[in-house]
Amino acid sequence: MTAPILFFVFAIVALAAALGMLLSKNPVSSALWLILNLFCVAGLFLTLNAEFIAVIQILVYAGAIMVLFVFVIMLLNLSDLPDLKKVEWRRIVAFTMGMGLLSMLTFISANALNLAPNPPSLAIAAENGSVSNLGKVMFTQYAMPLEVIGILLLAATIGAVVIAKRKPV
Amino acid sequence: MEITLNWYLTLSALLFTMGVLGFLFRRNAIIMLMCVELMLNSVNITLVAFSQYLGDVSGQILVFFVMSVAAAEAAVGLALIIAIFRDKLTVDVTKINLFKY
Repeated sequence: MTAPILFFVFAIVALAAALGMLLSKNPVSSALWLILNLFCVAGLFLTLNAEFIAVIQILVYAGAIMVLFVFVIMLLNLSDLPDLKKVEWRRIVAFTMGMGLLSMLTFISANALNLAPNPPSLAIAAENGSVSNLGKVMFTQYAMPLEVIGILLLAATIGAVVIAKRKPV
Repeated sequence: MEITLNWYLTLSALLFTMGVLGFLFRRNAIIMLMCVELMLNSVNITLVAFSQYLGDVSGQILVFFVMSVAAAEAAVGLALIIAIFRDKLTVDVTKINLFKY
């Protein structure tokens, strides 16, 4: 698709950040690693010509959601940090191998059954992720799901407030 | 060297596996929620890559919806964690057994 070097830089940093998130003991540094990972994923979206999604990724994920996470970590003031479970390496290796085998089998059978998609011309692909193009589709073909998502967000907001509210004694 | 669809799919699979592993092996409920966000993100990479590859915008619209649902999920999940923390004074999921007995 585009610039291999950019892809590899973003991919490697994203993987390293994910690993850092998994292994760091402190929740705050976990959150910071996740923010780095989200920025790298936004960069990957840019290499895929999806500018709108990349901007939204930074705004919503790195901006809103991660601020919420860091805020809650601060609010709870975790004094005794629950650390990693006693790690059973056999299980981790087995799980990773299983996932690898599953994806390999899926890939091979998809190839054998000719399920692999045919790529379109590059001109269409470059035009694809632009904001105007996306907006047109979002407000015509997907107008109804958009409204439903609005209602869902409203419900989630009210639900979050009600759940986190102090109960009357 | 050309970066093809398969590279993006491989990266996404690796990130998803890391998310699942984190979800299974961490005990801090907040970090478990973060791992769920990581998994959602890796799926978003797959969706955008396929959307570009097929020249179809619908995939990116779906990514937009996934992000909205992720925001809602994070808000409600963190509210639940706060409510449980108030009661039990811990976010260690092995110590939270509300459904026992």
